[in-house]
Amino acid sequence: MTSQLIKGRNIVKDDWITAELAKAEQIVRMQAGKVVAFKLSGEDYPTNEQVSKTIFPDTGKVLLPLKVFILHQEKLRGRLANEEIGIWFSTHEEIHKFIEAIGDLNNFPLIAIHVEKFADGRIFSIGNQLRNKYNFKNELRAFGDVLRDQIFFLKRSGFNSYLIRKDRDAEDATKGLDDFSDPYQGASDILEPVWKRIKR
Amino acid sequence: MYKYDHIDRKIVNERVNQYQNQLDRYLNKELSDEEFKPLRLQNGLYIQRHAPMLRVAIPYGLLSSNQLFKLADIADKYDRGYGHFSTRQNIQFNWPKLEDSPNILRALAEVEMHAIQTSGNCIRNITTDQFAGVTHDEIIDPRHIAEILRQWSTFHPEFALLPRKFKIAITGSKKDRALVQCHDIGLEFFTNKNDKMAIKVWVGGGLGRTPMIGSVIKDELQWEHILTYCEAILRVYNLYGRRDNIYKARIKILVKSLGIEAFKKLVEDEWKYIKDGPNTINTEELERVGEYFSEPNYKKNIESNLKDYENEKAFTQWLSCTNTHKKKGYRAVTFSLKATGNAPGDASSSQMRAVANLSEEYSFGEIRVSHEQNLILADVQEDKLYELWVKAKEYHLVTPNIGLLTDIICCPGGDFCSLANAKSIPIAQSIQDLFNDMDYLHDIGNLNINISGCMNACGHHHVGHIGILGVDKDGSEWYQVTLGGNQGNFASIGKVIGPSFSAEEMPFIVKKIIEVYLNNRQEEELFIDCVSRIGLEPFKNYIYKESEVSE
Repeated sequence: MTSQLIKGRNIVKDDWITAELAKAEQIVRMQAGKVVAFKLSGEDYPTNEQVSKTIFPDTGKVLLPLKVFILHQEKLRGRLANEEIGIWFSTHEEIHKFIEAIGDLNNFPLIAIHVEKFADGRIFSIGNQLRNKYNFKNELRAFGDVLRDQIFFLKRSGFNSYLIRKDRDAEDATKGLDDFSDPYQGASDILEPVWKRIKR
Repeated sequence: MYKYDHIDRKIVNERVNQYQNQLDRYLNKELSDEEFKPLRLQNGLYIQRHAPMLRVAIPYGLLSSNQLFKLADIADKYDRGYGHFSTRQNIQFNWPKLEDSPNILRALAEVEMHAIQTSGNCIRNITTDQFAGVTHDEIIDPRHIAEILRQWSTFHPEFALLPRKFKIAITGSKKDRALVQCHDIGLEFFTNKNDKMAIKVWVGGGLGRTPMIGSVIKDELQWEHILTYCEAILRVYNLYGRRDNIYKARIKILVKSLGIEAFKKLVEDEWKYIKDGPNTINTEELERVGEYFSEPNYKKNIESNLKDYENEKAFTQWLSCTNTHKKKGYRAVTFSLKATGNAPGDASSSQMRAVANLSEEYSFGEIRVSHEQNLILADVQEDKLYELWVKAKEYHLVTPNIGLLTDIICCPGGDFCSLANAKSIPIAQSIQDLFNDMDYLHDIGNLNINISGCMNACGHHHVGHIGILGVDKDGSEWYQVTLGGNQGNFASIGKVIGPSFSAEEMPFIVKKIIEVYLNNRQEEELFIDCVSRIGLEPFKNYIYKESEVSE
């Protein structure tokens, strides 16, 4: 199978291994007869137990859950310096709560954000904050329910790599990057609004 | 009015292509219903009871005659010869085919129109005062900022999938006609101590299931910072608004649960690092956009001839549908889309063409849509009013009921909308039928009735002096009545008077309400003032006591 990873605008092989969280029993919440699809911002997930039980490879480039990295960061120093460690977190996790514990974000060659449902627009604000509030300069990846019709917005929100959902054609998804050529507002990719960029 | 340049044109054309492709993939089963839903909604396409409904954006309610002609053509070609003007100053077509929707968008693009973000969980059409640019008490023509906000919010990447819809309103005058206190963000312009233009920012107002008047988040914001400040508010909302429960997802719930002070702190923390950033508006941009709204070529020394028609009662009565104008000799004329027997806000294609023609002849070819769902020619010479009235009468546009009891604000309701609990249009019509004596209506005076078919409140029933809400009880349709709601600078949410009524009872309940008012009013006292003075008790006593006796 070809790769599902778009980096910039090319499909490339993914040389990172994503460490999955240890499984935990999840309570299915219902609201008006429907399963609640979104975790609330700040919700206590993953649990400490899950974090401590999560295992990951000893060598190679590994993308670790944010809290797992924090737990093991002392012994990961060398690998971090070797640019072998990236972190990922989900859209409900509040990065500002952990920023002190993890130090300079630019030590990570890769930060990835997991989006459980494509309709969860928090991912865009998280991208914006990582780029503009926390000045993260390296690879910023979206993974999970990542689809063609959202990646234009992801790109504009500071993402530059996209792991397309398994059942979708990544080649087709790259077309979404070009949906619009001259957007109106300044955002994370093009900082200036159109009226500052182009003579109108 | 604003005219597209190459940038705007390109964006709208790219949108049509993007949407065509999305629809093709959906019809090809490459996109699931769930995945297509937000895409079609953000293009104004609902799946309704009978057929899809397409909502077309009319930015801040302003139309050119060409655009209105095109809407009439679309109504004929793709719909059943009419359209519905909504309380968000937009137009809705109730009968288009899904497969036709890209062609409709193409037709709209020809006249610089679109359906972008008219629905879905994103920033919706920016609304403002229908009398923008022609009133006496204006601090700034709000359309300048509305257009800048329209562009900024169009495909804003960060706010493409918010927890819920998001509505922004602007008022540029002292008297608020844009309901700024009932919006997710309301921007109220004023002149500060140093004679500089500033903005009071309201947040967390809204109608719907949990009606709330907004809170002031910023007493005084410099206009340059509107975009960055709105961005900060929206970022906090995007991150912390409830996504787990659709009924608690609006920003008002977040503001209420955090409290305005805590919410404000989060916003100010976000604003700190984007304030003065690239999206800060400068004078050049404000002026560039402002140019498009410069004054038309007003005639001087217009001699009023209104005296000549003093004895034409129907005409003089209709003059109540005209508003004073900042230019001497001019008036703003409101055409009523609330004639008896007409679904409130509906206009036939022939009415649309007539209004477009009249606008070219009498009002510089521009038309406005009000959130009260009427059409306005904003710049009519006083000496042409009679001529205009005679011509407009042929098209049933001059029912002299603007601001009166039968100028009912009403959503499409259960006849069309799949969300509705109950029908609303027939209720409006039965009230209009009962109150068909114009003299009596004028005697009752200013009175707003608002009807919504469900608690989503598209008919703004909470702020109606008399609000009527359709509710479902054991599978049948009932109507709950509120009194004392109000819009404007002294906005308030109406209070429920008691158990709900059947559709048949509704016009007579309104009649009883009016009787209580007429028996209690002090001279010249408006209905709403009377209600706030005497309270709900006299109304309750009269309405419910009698029905107990009859049972």
